[in-house]
Amino acid sequence: MSGVLEGAELRLVTPGEAIGASSGARAGSGVIIQNEKLIATKVGWVNEKNGVTSINPINSAYMPRSGDLVIGIVESVRNNLWFAEVNGPFNGLLPMSLAPWKVEFGAAREQMDIGDIMLARIQEVDEAHNIVLTMKGVGLRKLKEGIMEEIPINTIAHLRGENNSLLNKLKDASDCRIIVAENGRVWIDGEGNGISFVRSIIEKTRNSGHNSRFTENILEIIEERRSA
Amino acid sequence: MGGYGDVKLLRDDGLRLDGRKIDEMREVEIEAGVLPAADGSAWVKHGLNVAVCAIYGPMEAHPRKIQRQDRAVIDVRYNMAPFSTSDRIRPGFNRRSREISKVTAEALESVVLVERYPRSKIRVEIEILAAEAGTRCVGITAAAVALADAGIPMRDLIVGVASGKVEDTVVLDLDKAEDNYGQADLPMGILPTTGEIAFLQMDGDLSVDEYNTCLQYNMKAAKEIHTIMVDALRRRYESKNGGEK
Repeated sequence: MSGVLEGAELRLVTPGEAIGASSGARAGSGVIIQNEKLIATKVGWVNEKNGVTSINPINSAYMPRSGDLVIGIVESVRNNLWFAEVNGPFNGLLPMSLAPWKVEFGAAREQMDIGDIMLARIQEVDEAHNIVLTMKGVGLRKLKEGIMEEIPINTIAHLRGENNSLLNKLKDASDCRIIVAENGRVWIDGEGNGISFVRSIIEKTRNSGHNSRFTENILEIIEERRSA
Repeated sequence: MGGYGDVKLLRDDGLRLDGRKIDEMREVEIEAGVLPAADGSAWVKHGLNVAVCAIYGPMEAHPRKIQRQDRAVIDVRYNMAPFSTSDRIRPGFNRRSREISKVTAEALESVVLVERYPRSKIRVEIEILAAEAGTRCVGITAAAVALADAGIPMRDLIVGVASGKVEDTVVLDLDKAEDNYGQADLPMGILPTTGEIAFLQMDGDLSVDEYNTCLQYNMKAAKEIHTIMVDALRRRYESKNGGEK
């Protein structure tokens, strides 16, 4: 790429900062083009891949996208649909037709009530940010046991590791079932000891998920637990 | 508005009462990410002014009548703590805080990419803990850092600065005496990288020349404050990163 962007991967930028000339580069997420310059709109690392310049933000709100796996909390129930809070700006809507059960009109509460937690997928997001959820799919269900934790959106990829490698090692070491949903919620179920181990890792993710040595550190901790 | 002719605000040696030069700013300190519960937060000390800002959202806008189908609304609540001045301030919204909340929201709306979040609301809570003239500018600066900390996309980090006129001399960054007994006050919200002005108010009279000097002083101060803001955000990131770059 152009000389301006060399070594740009290591640059930390703040909103309004010029990253480079817009010629030959496309603006990715967190970047806008203004006066023929690429301008950062968030605090984060500059990332340049295949001619697209984007920003890996240090902090960001969850914006739902269709296909995302999410953990939602039921916030209100109507006769034939549920509204679930999915950690985004708007509640998701789960219609009866996309739920795994068939219940009578007015009996939606019998299957899932306010406060219940569900594993769902985002079916559709329209331009006005209306979210439709679906629970038809492999593994999508109401979560009846286990615990739920939250992590920052931008640390999800770090916790999962490449091809879920870190997550799989964590599952092995803790003997827990773990689901890391796209909306920053993590569901953990297993023995008490395993759960508390995973929670300690989640705590570390929250505090140092950005750290370049995060993966190494977690691997060390997992190794320690294995050998103990 | 002629000011108070008998109040001396400039010393014989040309310096101001607190020893600053006429184009010298009060000291500014900024800290990002001070409130753990908020999505983003900032603490700003500007001279003797202290402001804390918390950001929540984007969230669903309530009541629904305030929703905009094409963009987010920014809900600013500027509030002065009862203990922020020597005269106790009656807690709660008043005419002045309502006005400042409104102009701050309008200033922020021009930098935040509000069209990214239709129908939602971004809550900006600005609390003035100590006041010594120019709190609306400090509030804007704090809000900009807090919004950046919250990861809300913005075109630029908006900076609040003010200058004014005392004893027929244009001075930068008025303190309490200069604000109370001076002749004019010109607070601005400036986008430092492009030099755009997103917010401007004027209290008192300024000639065109005086206005231009004020503008020049404000632009200079905005650049200085911007450097401090960027530094605060970087420090916040480094601490989050366990001290590593």
